[in-house]
Amino acid sequence: MAEPRVIAEPRVIIVGAGPAGVRAAEVLVASGVRPVVIDEGRRDGGQIYRRQPEGFTRGYDSLYGTEADRALSLHETFDGLKDKIDYRPDTLVWNISQGRVWTNANGRVDDLEYDALLLCTGATDRVMPVKGWQYAGVFSLGASQVALKSQAVSIGRRVVFMGSGPLLYLVASQYVKAGANVVAVLDTAPFFARIKALPKLLAEPGVLWNGIMLTRMLQKSGVRVMTGVKPLEILGEPETGVSSLQFEAGGKVHEIACDAVAMGHHLRPETQLADLARCAFRFDAVTRQWLPVVDADGRSSVDGVYLAGDGARILGARSAEASGQLAAMTLLSDFGIAASDRWALRQAVANYARFATGLAEAFPWPHEQIADLADDVVLCRCEGVTVGEMRRVDAREANRAKAFNRVGMGRCQGRYCGLAGAEVLAAARDLPVEAIGRLRGQAPVKPISVGVAEDEA
Amino acid sequence: MNGRFTRLAETDRPKVNIIVDGQPVQAMAGDTLMVAMLSSGTSLRSAEFGPEKRAGFCLMGACQDCWVWTADGGRLRACSTPVENGQQISTSQPEVTWPNHG
Repeated sequence: MAEPRVIAEPRVIIVGAGPAGVRAAEVLVASGVRPVVIDEGRRDGGQIYRRQPEGFTRGYDSLYGTEADRALSLHETFDGLKDKIDYRPDTLVWNISQGRVWTNANGRVDDLEYDALLLCTGATDRVMPVKGWQYAGVFSLGASQVALKSQAVSIGRRVVFMGSGPLLYLVASQYVKAGANVVAVLDTAPFFARIKALPKLLAEPGVLWNGIMLTRMLQKSGVRVMTGVKPLEILGEPETGVSSLQFEAGGKVHEIACDAVAMGHHLRPETQLADLARCAFRFDAVTRQWLPVVDADGRSSVDGVYLAGDGARILGARSAEASGQLAAMTLLSDFGIAASDRWALRQAVANYARFATGLAEAFPWPHEQIADLADDVVLCRCEGVTVGEMRRVDAREANRAKAFNRVGMGRCQGRYCGLAGAEVLAAARDLPVEAIGRLRGQAPVKPISVGVAEDEA
Repeated sequence: MNGRFTRLAETDRPKVNIIVDGQPVQAMAGDTLMVAMLSSGTSLRSAEFGPEKRAGFCLMGACQDCWVWTADGGRLRACSTPVENGQQISTSQPEVTWPNHG
C-alpha cells in the first residue's frame, strides 16, 4: 500500500493459530489491536506445535524434541493472549468473499467483516501416488506424526516411512524414540542431491545439524535407511489393508513386510483461502508448485490481505514465527498504527528461504517417477480415478481435466492428487507442468453440510 | 482383537465405551473416534469407488477419508472428533448412501 489507510480500530482477522498466527496475534495485541483468531483446531499450536488433548501427561521434551522450548514459548504466549483476542477454535473458514470471511463451527454459521485479513493457513502433505496407496494402513507422513503427538499411538506394528524431505527423518526418529517399530525409511532422493545442496543448507547450520543427528540416530537404532529409492507397489488385501511394500534401490527390487506406510514428499501450502480472497499466484520452479504472490513484508497482491507461514510458502516452523510477526507489523504500518523496523525479520525470512531452497534441491519432488507411473495406479484416492484416466483425458489444463475426470473434485478437493495429477498430465501432453495450471480454490474449501451452505451462501 | 494402531503411551486414562455398528468398543477419554476404532479394528469404512476398506489418511481434517456417521445421520470426521461415552457410530451412512454431496 502506498499510503496508510487510517482506521482507528481496524477489524483484523487472523486465520490459523499455528506459529505464524500466534506470533502475528502477539504483535497486534501489543499495539492495542484485538484480532479475531479463527482456527480449525480444537487447541492452538497448528500442526507442528500441536497440543495434546487435556489429560495427557507427556512432557514437552518427549513431544517436541529439539523444538521443545519453541513449542512451550508459543503455547505460553497464546495462553497469555486468550483474553485479549476473539479466539474461535474448532471453526472452519469455508469462504472469503466481499470483504467477509464465512465460518462454520459445528453447524453454526457466521460471517465477519474485516479491514485486514492475515492468512496463516499452514500446509498439508505433498504426496506421490504409489500403486496400492488406497489400502487401509497407508497414511500421509503428517498423519503419522499427528497420531503420535496428539494421541500417543503408532499407525501400525511395522511402519515404513517413504517419500522425501526432512519430515521423513524427523517423524521416523520420533517413532523410534516413542518405542514404535520402524522397519525402514525409504527416501526417493539420491544421496548426492544432499551434497550438492549443502551450500544453501548451511544457511541454517543448527537445523542442518539436527537433521544429520536424526539420520545417525535412525541408523544406530538399526532402522534400514535407503536413498535413491523408486517405490513400486504397496501390496495388500482390500479387506485387511497393507501387507508389504515393493521398491527398487541400487538396481535391485526389494520387498519389506509392513502393516503401515507413512508417505510424504515435504509439504504443500494450503492456499484455497488466498485464492478465494483473489490473491495472485506465481509458479515456483524450485518446488514445482503454484504459490500466492507475497512481497518481502508479507503483503499479498490484494490490499488488506496478508500471508504468513507455510500457507504462503513452505519455509518451516521457525520461519513461520518470523513471517507472522513481520506480516503483522506490516499490517500495523499499512494502517498507520505502528511502524517498527522490519529489517531483521525480513533478513531472517530471506535466510530461511535460502535454506528451504536447499531442502527442495536436497529432497526433490520426484516428478519423473510420477510421470512414469503405470496406467492402473490410483491417482485420485477419493474416487479411485487412475493415472491412465488422467493421461486419456481430453484436456491440457488442470481445471478442464477435473471437469472430465473429477481429479480434484472428490472429498479432498485436490489436496492429495492435484500436484501429481498435473505432473501426469504435463508429461502426457509433453508440456511444462506450469502450463497445466493449478486447481482453483472453490467454496466451501472443505465439505460442510448442504443445509449450512444453502441457508447462508 | 488386534487393532491397526498401537498405543505407545498415555494408557492410564479413564476407559470410555462406545458402540460401533452395534458392537461395543472400549476406548480411552481423550481418544479421537479414529484412534478408538483403529485401536480395536483395522478400518473405518468401505471405499465408495473401490473394493477396499479405508482407515483415514491425513489425520488433520484435510482429506475427509475418515467420515463416519452418528445414529441420527450426522457426519463426523473420525480423526478430529473426540470420543464420548455411550456414543453410537455407524461406519456407513444411514439411509441414503449416494449421492453424497458432502
